[in-house]
Amino acid sequence: MDFQDYQGVWVFIEEKDGEIPSVSLELLGAGRKLADKRGVELAGILIGEDIKHLAQTVFEYGADTVYVYDQPIFKHYRTESFMKALLECSNKYKPEIILFGATSTGKDLASAVATDLPTGLTADTTELDVEEDTGLLLASRPAFGGNIMATILCKKYRPQMATVRAKVMKALPPQPGRTGKVIEEKVSLKEEDIRTKVLEIVKETTKKVRIDEADIIVAGGKGLGSAEGFQLVHQLANALGGTVGASRDVVEAGWIEHGHQVGQTGVTVTPKIYIAIGISGAIQHIVGMKNSGLIIAINKDSEAPIFDSCHYGIVGDAFEIVPVLIEQFTQALSKEEVSHVGEV
Amino acid sequence: MLHIVACIKQVPDTKIIKMNPKTNTMDRRTAPAILNPYDAHAVEEAVRLRERYGGTVSVVTMGPPPAVKAIKKCIEIGADEGYLITDRRFAGADTLATSYALTKAIEKISQMNPVDLVICGKMTIDGDTGQVGPGIARRLDIPPLTSVNKVVEVNREEGYAVVHRKLEDGFEVVRSSLPCLLSVEKTINEVPYSPFPNMLKAAQYQPHIWSVDDLEDVDIKQLGLKGSPTIVSKVWAPPKPEAGEILEGNPREQVEQLLSVLLEKKELFSSKEGV
Ligand SMILES: Cc1cc2nc3c(=O)[nH]c(=O)nc-3n(C[C@H](O)[C@H](O)[C@H](O)COP(=O)(O)OP(=O)(O)OC[C@H]3O[C@@H](n4cnc5c(N)ncnc54)[C@H](O)[C@@H]3O)c2cc1C
Ligand SMILES: Nc1ncnc2c1ncn2[C@@H]1O[C@H](COP(=O)(O)O)[C@@H](O)[C@H]1O
Repeated sequence: MDFQDYQGVWVFIEEKDGEIPSVSLELLGAGRKLADKRGVELAGILIGEDIKHLAQTVFEYGADTVYVYDQPIFKHYRTESFMKALLECSNKYKPEIILFGATSTGKDLASAVATDLPTGLTADTTELDVEEDTGLLLASRPAFGGNIMATILCKKYRPQMATVRAKVMKALPPQPGRTGKVIEEKVSLKEEDIRTKVLEIVKETTKKVRIDEADIIVAGGKGLGSAEGFQLVHQLANALGGTVGASRDVVEAGWIEHGHQVGQTGVTVTPKIYIAIGISGAIQHIVGMKNSGLIIAINKDSEAPIFDSCHYGIVGDAFEIVPVLIEQFTQALSKEEVSHVGEV
Repeated sequence: MLHIVACIKQVPDTKIIKMNPKTNTMDRRTAPAILNPYDAHAVEEAVRLRERYGGTVSVVTMGPPPAVKAIKKCIEIGADEGYLITDRRFAGADTLATSYALTKAIEKISQMNPVDLVICGKMTIDGDTGQVGPGIARRLDIPPLTSVNKVVEVNREEGYAVVHRKLEDGFEVVRSSLPCLLSVEKTINEVPYSPFPNMLKAAQYQPHIWSVDDLEDVDIKQLGLKGSPTIVSKVWAPPKPEAGEILEGNPREQVEQLLSVLLEKKELFSSKEGV
């Protein structure tokens, strides 16, 4: 394998209901940095049906080139069809790095592609860097249940591949009008060649919580004692106009659904305000919220590790503190609003 | 009659593991070895399918000799047969080398009794990648179906299975030809307490134990550390965030201080109107 032949950083761009999800835009931001450090191109790879127009967005978020596979066979994500496109593209244009979101689609596709290439694949990366002269990708991730961080290298194979967690990289501010090169490709694949068929897509009608998009999160832990006690979290979230988050132990106890879980096996969040109530602050929880703008912790144990990871802490009983907070906050806000009206 | 193979792994319980802060290595003595919790659901699903359609459930694992215990746990859940592949030459495998070794074992199992369905857990709690399942599927050249949270139907005669794959906002119904590989979510089933007869059977059970030499057409270069493209270059303790300020006083005073901190961000709260 001649490493000289492999050049450029690629990002697999996901598409959902005609839009590019934020994780792909974040990866373009991260990929741009790697590409600049290496002095190589950043490319996006877009696979789907009627998705060509999305190339413009990919350019605006930092790509120089977009490879497009726009064919009816790609209407639904299927491992076998998408894999074929990506394998053909990679073998033809030889990138040195390919990044995927650590989403269910990204992980599924990356695992299959890495096996066939074959090459190394680092899962759930949270930090990325590249050696300027060798192009060696330094992909770091939490290991052993978040107890340590490990840097994973793939020295002898190209391309190097990694899936990257959502919400840990930063998207660049889009540059409207920024353009680049579109390279259209096609795979010769017939429907009969694919062994799976999507029969139906069922959307859940209940509106899903998106804690990863919330500006204010009030999260509760096992310290609230019971499902009833956990209502306190909902009350404060209501008062602040925030979204409810939870530790894993709370989810496992069945006080709230998994969609609310913050942390390593839940969602990574970056709200402007994160309030942790009755959460001890295990490392697996911290990794999911440590990049929040303002972190406030309420816990009755002054030794709780959460106090090492917050901007402001209150040592006290949540059932004493939080009701007072709700009351005072509501009062203060109504005063604010009155004075606001007065100013106009 | 279906033949289902579930891939299972024995893992240290990372929830209670202690790390050696100097070397950043696991202190294995502090971590009891358990059946990977996700794999218990894989075995349970295999057992349920056998109950529905008849057939055999085999479990396979690659690991050190004590992994026999994890196989016994699977017999308790209801598996019929267990295979342990164990050999120094497997050691140090990343996901690529792991899926290679497991594929060789499944191929051998399949020679004795053709396999219709392979079921993996969503991920392991130590490797934590979810990559091994799709890797095995590619090597066996069968379709991988990940994020499966329901098996609707398995039709061996007509050679297809229908499953639900979980999506961010719902699920998709997918039909696949058989054989295929499923990586299942934890939500696919609940693993009940094992029935007493299974416990008795497990206590007596001796799994099949194979070394590299018992497998066929093995390319030694693709095994273990040698066959692993990824290497761990550095481990470190996650940086501790800096401790912030503790708000002192009685609850009312504490809340007052907190309130002034919050109100510095009052632009965030204005959007709340009408909610
Ligand atoms: C592989 C792995 C992945 C994991 N992933 C996650 C994850 O994604 N997210 C996650 O959160 N966890 C995760 N965990 C679990 C994590 O290790 C902790 O077990 C969990 O976060 C603890 O939840 P908790 O803080 O709610 O409960 P506890 O640790 O039980 O803490 C409760 C806290 O509440 C305080 N308290 C009690 N009563 C009161 C009161 N009246 N007022 C105020 N405070 C009170 C106590 O002092 C205590 O600090 C994971 C673990 C493993 C091994
Ligand atoms: N050593 C192993 N032996 C058997 N099955 C394994 C092994 N490692 C991983 N698996 C299977 O692959 C799944 C995903 O593992 P991982 O990619 O390590 O997260 C697990 O849930 C198991 O079903």
